[in-house]
Order: sequence, then structure tokens, then C-alpha cells
Amino acid sequence: MALDDKLGVKDRTFKIVGTRPNRPDGIDKVTGRARFGADMNAPGMLTGHVLRSPHPHARIRAIDTSKAEALPGVKAVITAKDFGHVPDDMADVLDHCLAGDKVLYDGHGVAAIAAVSPAVAKQALKLIDVDYEVLPHVTDVDAAMKPDAPVIREAGGDETVPDGMSKNAMHRFEFGHGDPETGFGEADLVIERSFRTEAAHQGYIEPNACLATLAPDGQAELWCCTQGHYAVRDMCAAILGLDKGMLRVTASEIGGGFGGKTTVFIEPIALMLSKKTGRPVKMVMTRDEVFRASGPTASTSSDVKIGMTKDGTITGAFAEFRYQGGAYPGSPVEFGAMACFAPYDLKHVKTVGWDVVTNRPKQAAYRAPGAPMAAFATESVIDELCQKLGLDPVETRLKNAASEGTKSAYGPTFPQIGVKATLEAAKAHPHYAAPLGPNQGRGVATGFWFNFGGNTCVSLNVNADGTVSLTEGNPDIGGSRASMTMMAAEELGIPYDRIRTVIADTGSLGLNDVTDGSRVTFAVGLSTIKAARDAIRVMCERAAMVWGIDPDAVEWEDGHAKPAGPNAGQFPPMSLAEIAAQASNTGGPIAGHHEVNAEGAGVSFATHLVDSEVDPETGAVKTLRYTVFQDAGKAVHPSYVEGQFQGGAVQGIGWALNEEYIYGEDGKLQNAGFLDYRVPVASDLPMIDTVILEIPNPGHPYGVRGVGETSIVPPLAAIANSVSNAAGVRLTDIPMSPPKVLEAIDAAG
Amino acid sequence: MVKVAIWGSLREATEGAAEVEVEAANLRQLLDGLAERHPAIRPQIERGVSVSIDGLIFNDSWFQPVSPDSEVVLLPRIVGG
Repeated sequence: MALDDKLGVKDRTFKIVGTRPNRPDGIDKVTGRARFGADMNAPGMLTGHVLRSPHPHARIRAIDTSKAEALPGVKAVITAKDFGHVPDDMADVLDHCLAGDKVLYDGHGVAAIAAVSPAVAKQALKLIDVDYEVLPHVTDVDAAMKPDAPVIREAGGDETVPDGMSKNAMHRFEFGHGDPETGFGEADLVIERSFRTEAAHQGYIEPNACLATLAPDGQAELWCCTQGHYAVRDMCAAILGLDKGMLRVTASEIGGGFGGKTTVFIEPIALMLSKKTGRPVKMVMTRDEVFRASGPTASTSSDVKIGMTKDGTITGAFAEFRYQGGAYPGSPVEFGAMACFAPYDLKHVKTVGWDVVTNRPKQAAYRAPGAPMAAFATESVIDELCQKLGLDPVETRLKNAASEGTKSAYGPTFPQIGVKATLEAAKAHPHYAAPLGPNQGRGVATGFWFNFGGNTCVSLNVNADGTVSLTEGNPDIGGSRASMTMMAAEELGIPYDRIRTVIADTGSLGLNDVTDGSRVTFAVGLSTIKAARDAIRVMCERAAMVWGIDPDAVEWEDGHAKPAGPNAGQFPPMSLAEIAAQASNTGGPIAGHHEVNAEGAGVSFATHLVDSEVDPETGAVKTLRYTVFQDAGKAVHPSYVEGQFQGGAVQGIGWALNEEYIYGEDGKLQNAGFLDYRVPVASDLPMIDTVILEIPNPGHPYGVRGVGETSIVPPLAAIANSVSNAAGVRLTDIPMSPPKVLEAIDAAG
Repeated sequence: MVKVAIWGSLREATEGAAEVEVEAANLRQLLDGLAERHPAIRPQIERGVSVSIDGLIFNDSWFQPVSPDSEVVLLPRIVGG
């Protein structure tokens, strides 16, 4: 699985990889033919709806469903008790769908109804009587850490949490090497600051939706909008006690996920309602439900201390992070703490992290989970050090940048990496030298993400007419059908439009891990290349059979089998189409397969440059110019890579400036809709410029690195640095909404 | 023997050692050996770990070779979005 030794990827000339063909899903999407989660229907279908808690924290004394069940048109009512015992590792997943003994956040599911129409279901929801014992609540991470905070989970934290801590502290850890205090002693300037970020939602435009059928014989079908239908299958099968092989899950087209659709919220409920009614059940979450009861990201609180010499050398770095991930353990604090100092070569570095529970929905992943918030804090302090020492922020980062052989802040020694390349590119870009006007500021920040591979299964079938059907098992959320088609075409030596790539259901391919971790272009791409090579091997054997020569004497070039040399014989090259046409006569269908748990994904870095203008009268911030510099390893389809860079930047702009979960004193979410939770739209944004760097990943045949997540790591910090430079005061609280910016300006006098 | 780097707070499970040695030729033997020699690490292994071998991250591949020359770093299990 190493970088292509035979061809030497650095010297390889690609014919299709690196070009920009039309996306294969484009026409379906612009004409409305594409079928998303809510677009599937079935005869006799019922509609499923969930009754949700109005309390952020309460014990459920009793649930009386009798009046709802008696309403004409209601076919079933279920609660968590209908599921019986579920495996330990699925207990929190089910509890987040439907509460057990306690409701743990505003919007927590309590019961669900299947009815003949939405009107009947909504009427029936009002007839369910829930007897609540309301309990004290806490939604703020720092408040939850206090010793007298309301206790959400009586069992408290794991073995890493010191005695005497709040029971809401679930897990504690430390990373790093050296002694930061020694480093601070060597510094000319040490800055210590505290930061906060509020929770943001992934903001996917398509609400979660599914259609479930569970027959009495245990065979089940599930159509749903997800980033990973195999994971949905495995979770639902475990929760409902089904055999995995009996539950076939098909992924719809997806209207955004960004990590938020890597788990289940309604799918087990729909299956249980179908089981009880014997009819298909469709469920579609409202936007209000998506905000209140899906999986936003963590909110955070952190303290950062960094020392620097006058020449810009970072001598010591320390950060302590507290992340709340809702009412269940598992916030992404570890990844924030591991990622934040990764761009730098540091002698003395330490991070400490706390995973904390509060009365909020269980967080889900959001592109590079945990890293943007931590990078906001650490990159802000580095920027302030540069400012106060009169240093150039890009030069200073370059001076401290990690490179091949650097022992990273989280432990491993880096192989070939691209952090310096992103900084050099930023330094050389016209954006960095462009003049700024009044009330304008420039910000720079660098970010890191790990990336991974995972279980992948690909099948490639050569059809008799010379076309190729490529089957993969990962929902296409970022252009994977185009990228896989391109890599298969590159290997096979045939045109892009001779290949169609489809996303198979769980019954048609072996396990494919979730579309997350920036894994698909790396891992599925690798498998596609290997599957194509497997098919090429078969086609060379078939040509050898026709020619009556040894298969080893046949090689593949430009879509043709040909004798490997003059000693192999004189035969005209045989095209893929010619070999395919004779397949029935030479042994049967021709296919290639590859199954792997892909390891060895390469890490990725990005540097972002942004110019902001602050209105000193209102505190409003306008993003004027934005440029992303990121290492893609090898950009298979540059337009999609640019789209990933731009998307990460835009989501970061929204998170940095506007987006936030606002909980009232009553513990209820105040802004569960896009009117009050404002994501940036095109008119809010400048064109996001992109610079793709290609430092090959030695773990992939074409050198591909994942690109989907790193682009959201630097924006919070880059924008905070630009706003701070424009406003003349350090902003430490995300989002930097106009009232906060104005307050900071006023406080600074 | 393979040297395994242990992250800061997990060193409580290795009597403070930042690096421990395990007799192992592959990832499975390495994790089994770690849990056997340092039982306090077992809860973290059960929660999930990734292992960096010479700078590349491995999650599940039991038979990924490791050698005494390898740089092996234990990490919390890497996830993504």
C-alpha cells in the first residue's frame, strides 16, 4: 500500500487525476431527480413522530400513553422500554434517541408515535401524559465543573478523574513532553489568556430522515440520510436485536453531514415502530428537532500560556481545555488537545483536557472534531505574542514549524509533512502583502488534522460493451463518485465517462466504515486503484489466453493489453472493450475487487489568511478577503478539493462570527431555527481563494491525503486574529457577534 | 523488545514511565503485552486506542509488524467527522 514504487508518484504524469470533469451527480441534483432522505415512500406507510421533553433535566416518574393509543389513526406508541436491554456500548446511543429514567436535555425524546398522518400524530403527541420530577440543570461547561453543580450522571467519571471533582467531569488526560515551566523561564514574553467557544451545529441543510420496514420474519429495510449506512446498520441491529445480515440499509443522497450524520437519532425508533405496526414507517426531523435533539459540537472553555523569545522562538506552551459534549461522555477534547500544537516543533509542551457532561444533546462529530476550538485558543496567543514582540506572524510560525523528524506535541515523530509549505505559500501570496484600510485587520492561523483510513470494500465490474461499473459503499458527501471514477479511469486507461460509480447498500458489499475522518478519497481511492489493478490482472490473463502466451508476458498500457516485449510475440494490442466482449468465451465476467482496513493515512496541515473589517459603531464584522493554503497530497479532482477548502472556511466564518447555541436560564435552547441561528450565506462572504499544495502521502499509491477536515481547523483563530487586529483589542469569546465585539472595544476604551 | 511511548496522564498506569518495553512482533501482541504488563492501561485500551508506528496511525490491524527499531506511540483512538 505504499506510494506507487513502480511509477514513482512524484514523477508520474496523470492523464485524468488532476483534471476537472463534470460531476456525475450534477444533473440529478439540479433537476430535482436526486432522492434524499425524505424522498422515499412506500405503500401503506405510516408517519413517525417523537414527543420531546420540555425540561432540560427531569426524572420520568411515569408515562401514560393510553389516551394517545386510543386516538383513531394511531397505530403504535413506544418508549425506551420497548427496546428492552441493549448492549452496553449502545446504551447511550439509544438513550439519546429515547430517554430512559431521566430526560437529560431540552428536546430529549420521551416517546414516539406511528400514525396514519402527521396531523393525527401531532394530536396524539399531546395526549401522552408524562409525569416529570424536574431536577436542577446545568448547560455551561465551567458551571458543570463546580463541585456543587447539579449531577447529571450519578456514576461520575472514569478512573482518570481525581477524587473530589464534580461528577460531571467524565475524563481527564495530559499530553506533551518537556517542562513548560522551564520553557517559560527561557522566554522574553509569556502570555496567558482564557478563551470560550459556544457550541455550533453542522448546519446541514437536509434534516435527518428515514423510511423503515421491519417484517415479522426479522428481515428489515432502512432507507436513510447518513454518512455511514453500515454504521447505521450495526447500531440499529444491536439496539433492536436484529441480525446484521437481515437489515439492509440504503443511503440516500445526502444534503450535508459534516460529521453530524455519523450516528442515529430516529432510525431505531422508525424500525421499532415498524416492528410494532407491521407497516413501513417514515420519519423526518423538523429543523427545530435537528437543533434540539441531534448532535451539535461541544462548547469549550480553555486557558493557554505560551512563552516566546524576542526572536520568535516558542520556548514553552501549556493549554488546559474543558469541553462539554452534552449529557453523555465523549466530547472531542482529546483531539483538540492533541492537534492544537501539532504544527510546531516544541521542546516544552503540555496540554490537559477535561471531558464534561451538561444538560445538552449528545455532541456529534463536526469536521476535525475538537480541533477548531483548541486552535482558536492557542493560535490567538501565538498571534498576540507576535504582535507584542513586533514579529511577523507567518515568519514566526515558519521559525517554529514542525517538519519531517519533529517529535509532535502529541507524541509521534512526523514523516514528510506540509506545514512549512502552507506557510511559505501564504508568505509568498499577494494577499499577504495587500494593503489594509481603516478598521481592517489581517489574521493568520495554522491548523492540523490527523486523517485516517478504515474498513473499505470496492467492486469493479467490466461490462461486455467495455463500460465499467464501480461499486463503493460510502455515501458521497464530498465528490467521491467523481474521484473514484477518475482513479479507476486512470488505472484502466479508459475515458472518465465510460465508468459509472454507484453507492451500494449494505447487502451488496462488505463493511465500509463511515464517510468521516477525511478517509474516503484516501481509503476508498486506494481500494479503487487496487480493484482496477485486480481487473487488469484478469484482463491480461484473458489476452494471454487468446494469444496463447504466458500471462506474465502481457502488460497493460493505455487501456490495452499488449505483449510485454518482442520475445512475448507479435500481437496487436487488445483493448479493454475487446477483451470484455470476449469475456464469455474466455472464462466469464471480468471483475476486480479490493477489501482492506486501510491504515497509514497521512496527516494534513493548512494555513488560512483572512482580512476583516470591524464597524466600531456596531461591532459588526465583515470578512473582506480569505485565502486557504492546504496540503492535499494529490488533488484528484481539484474543484472538489477547492470546495472542501472553501466549505471549511465558510463554516469556520459562521462559527467564528455568528453561530451559537443559546441556552436560557431555564436550560432551554432559545434559537432552534435558521432565523435565529444564522449561518453565513453567499452575500455575507467574499470569494474564498484557495491554494492547493501537493506533498505526497507515502501511504497512498497516488500520494492522496484527506482534505475534508483540516480546512475547518484554522478559521476560528484566523478570523479572531484579524478581528482583534482590526478592533485593536483581543477577542477571546466565540462567536464574535456584534454585541461582544462592541463590548470588547468599549472595555478597551 | 519494542519501546512504546505513553502519553502524559496514562503514565499513572505505568508507574510514571513515559516509555515501556513490550515483547511484540505485531500490533496485537503489543496491545496484549501492554495490558498484561500494565493492567491499569486496560480500561483505556478498551475505550479505544490508536497506535502511531513510525509516524503513521494504525487503528485495528493486529498483524501490522512492529520492530525494536519502530517508533511506537500509544494514542487515544482517532475519530473524525
